[in-house]
Amino acid sequence: MATHESAAHASHAHGAPQGFIRKWIFSLDHKVIGLQYYFLALTAVFVGMFLSLLMRIHLIWPTATLPFFGEIKPETYLSLLTMHGTIMVFFVLTTAPQGGFGNYFLPIQIGAPDMAFPVLNMLSFWTTFLGFIVLLAAFVVTGGAPLHGWTGYAPLSALQSAGPGEGLGADLWITSIAIFCIGALMGALNFITTTLDMRAKGMTMMRMPLTVWAWFVTAILGLLAFGVLLSAGILLLMDRNLGTSFFVPLVTVNGQLTGHKGGSPLLWQHLFWFFGHPEVYIAILPAMGMCSQLLSVFSRKPIFGYKAMVYAIMAIGFLGFMVWGHHMFMSGMSPYTAFAFSIMTMGIGVPSAIKTFNWLGTLMRGRIRFTSPMLFAIGFVSLFVTGGISGPFLAQPVLDIYLHETYFVIAHFHLIMGVASIFGIFAATYYWFPKMFGRMMNEPLAKLHFWLTFVGAYAIFMPMHYYGMSAGLRRYSQSTEVAFILKLLPIQRFITIAAFITIASQFIFVINLFWSMFKGAKASDNPWEATTLEWITATPPPHDNFGGRTPVVNNGPYEYSVPGAPRDFVMQSDPEIKPKH
Amino acid sequence: MASLTTTATVIEPEISRDDHGTAPPIRDGGDYGRPGLPDYGTRLRRARLGLLVALIPVMMLFVSFTSAYVVRQGLPSLDPRTNNLIRDWIPVALPRLLLLNTFVLLVSSVSMELARRQIRARAMMETNSTGTDVSIRDPIRTPWLAMTFVLGLAFLFGQWTAWKQLAANGFYVSTTPSSSFVYLLTGAHAAHLLGGVVALLIASIAALLHRSLKTRSIVVDVTAWYWHFMALLWIYIFGLMKFVS
Repeated sequence: MATHESAAHASHAHGAPQGFIRKWIFSLDHKVIGLQYYFLALTAVFVGMFLSLLMRIHLIWPTATLPFFGEIKPETYLSLLTMHGTIMVFFVLTTAPQGGFGNYFLPIQIGAPDMAFPVLNMLSFWTTFLGFIVLLAAFVVTGGAPLHGWTGYAPLSALQSAGPGEGLGADLWITSIAIFCIGALMGALNFITTTLDMRAKGMTMMRMPLTVWAWFVTAILGLLAFGVLLSAGILLLMDRNLGTSFFVPLVTVNGQLTGHKGGSPLLWQHLFWFFGHPEVYIAILPAMGMCSQLLSVFSRKPIFGYKAMVYAIMAIGFLGFMVWGHHMFMSGMSPYTAFAFSIMTMGIGVPSAIKTFNWLGTLMRGRIRFTSPMLFAIGFVSLFVTGGISGPFLAQPVLDIYLHETYFVIAHFHLIMGVASIFGIFAATYYWFPKMFGRMMNEPLAKLHFWLTFVGAYAIFMPMHYYGMSAGLRRYSQSTEVAFILKLLPIQRFITIAAFITIASQFIFVINLFWSMFKGAKASDNPWEATTLEWITATPPPHDNFGGRTPVVNNGPYEYSVPGAPRDFVMQSDPEIKPKH
Repeated sequence: MASLTTTATVIEPEISRDDHGTAPPIRDGGDYGRPGLPDYGTRLRRARLGLLVALIPVMMLFVSFTSAYVVRQGLPSLDPRTNNLIRDWIPVALPRLLLLNTFVLLVSSVSMELARRQIRARAMMETNSTGTDVSIRDPIRTPWLAMTFVLGLAFLFGQWTAWKQLAANGFYVSTTPSSSFVYLLTGAHAAHLLGGVVALLIASIAALLHRSLKTRSIVVDVTAWYWHFMALLWIYIFGLMKFVS
């Protein structure tokens, strides 16, 4: 491997930063920034999980006194669910797949030495980090964290006097979201410019791995969506602090007029969900890309229908902007409008089904290697289908009005957006860990982690469908006061126990992660025998990715089991193969 | 090398030197390493593309404000005394000063364009001249950049004065929904223009720090396109406030 040795050597000639602060804290290297994003998300996910655990305990033992926390009051429960949702959606599901893996692998997979604007990239991470700190600060200020849910519906979110946590806590929450928007926009700008302008010779758009396509389209979604959320946040801050009435109608709080009049709470919902629905795809598209990649690698087959996959990603991204109204069927919107949104929403089922069938087509008759990343990728397909199937139910206004305030919705979006995306993150971690840290993760522990998480996720969220269909209401802090809900308490108990076990099994992952970083078996440059460009460079990659050289791409990203080739995979940088059909 | 796989033969990947053919002329990741920057044309193209992409969220921000503007305008408000629905949208009398400000901004856009062409011509001259002769100076060079900077500050000062006049006429941020939007739109525009003024300041400081003419020319070029966008955006906002009320 003479090339790689000289590559590693050459990197020293280019002034890679030596000091600790420049190398690991204020680094301009997209790989370090990717890791920073990843570990920020890892921290955030444990905070978010801890909050969900508190909620689960409260739901089955409403009067229990918890150590360090005391008794959970109804308003505390609301602030727990607000912070759980906000942390998970923004700082985990948006941060890890896009900011983390996208940052680390997008430039390498297209053969670029770095992102287009490294300084902006660094600023993007530190802005996001600041947003996280500001959000956590809401816990410790007077009144505590806000109560208005991650969707921040006005007027609850727009009035300082609306409840405990709606004072400084809510201001911090909105500020944190605004800061996050700015960070995400800087990131999206970098992703798009890099993809369009820094591809290696021969890396045409239609030779890009599907991971790159997913990150690219996700960045476009972010570019269009986060500006709108930012605008809504600015208007909300003005309503709260400058006395304007964008979102607040004539309302009284505790019998007192608030001084606002004429604003529209629906306007907030429209602006929020115009961002909020694309956000769902911002969370799931990178996971789809990773899943496509891994299914092809470990089935030793080309991805089934590469072009269809690309167009399906674009279609999902496009339709994602047309369906925000389906979050608002309850708002009293015109039935005609609801009908249009309903049809568009069902329409998303088409590209989603194309992707699912292509994944199955890729698996079919493959020589499947059941490695841990592959298990998580297959798990992703399973969760995507299970979570997706309940989508067409909720897309119908008549059904949605019944189901919207129940646990059915909780089950739906946790499976498809939460757990599925998390499975994408796990798959990517197990897959790229050797490249990132130069060592392999422990495979038996990884498989144990997969089975516990996979079964655990279903054990938590499948019963919620039944709970919801039996009119088990969401956002209620106590289910013990109402007779018909009380009958459903055993379901809640089961869910809480399943959540305990699933969350506990995540420590297997964390232990494996940190143990393998230092003690794992040494990884070769291409342990999975994959074809994309990150596997031609050294492990871990040198500072400028390819050691002062630029790869030349001659092949598509998924050339596995090519007839006549010397081995069962052809690297993208190998001499061009002529397919024999 | 210890390998966990059964790969027997490894075909050397084809890798080209970066000065070969049309491969991207990049030697450095941009990590504090000045010498390895890509060439001028690539940097300029990349910076312009980056700006174009960056303008999209700015546009989305104002599209979003506009939709809120239109929606809020059509909404009736409940009068608590009579319990009737009334219109609370009182059109704001815009200060005449805004016309002068518009003129100042348009003139600044012209001077910005002249500054862009000036520094670009100088950067080109440097490229064409053989090597060391960096100090080509036109003795009667008009300071277009400085003029743009001053005009930009003048515009911002003019906006500040216009807000003072609005307040003097009794239109505060929360007086009526239309005045809220006037402050919101002009404020958001002013904040964005301030970014352009800061970029001009950076370009000037870069000159003092003896950064290469090419780097400065790229900063000025991108700022110029941003500046023109800000001028267009202002005309759009002004029209919105003037005619859609």
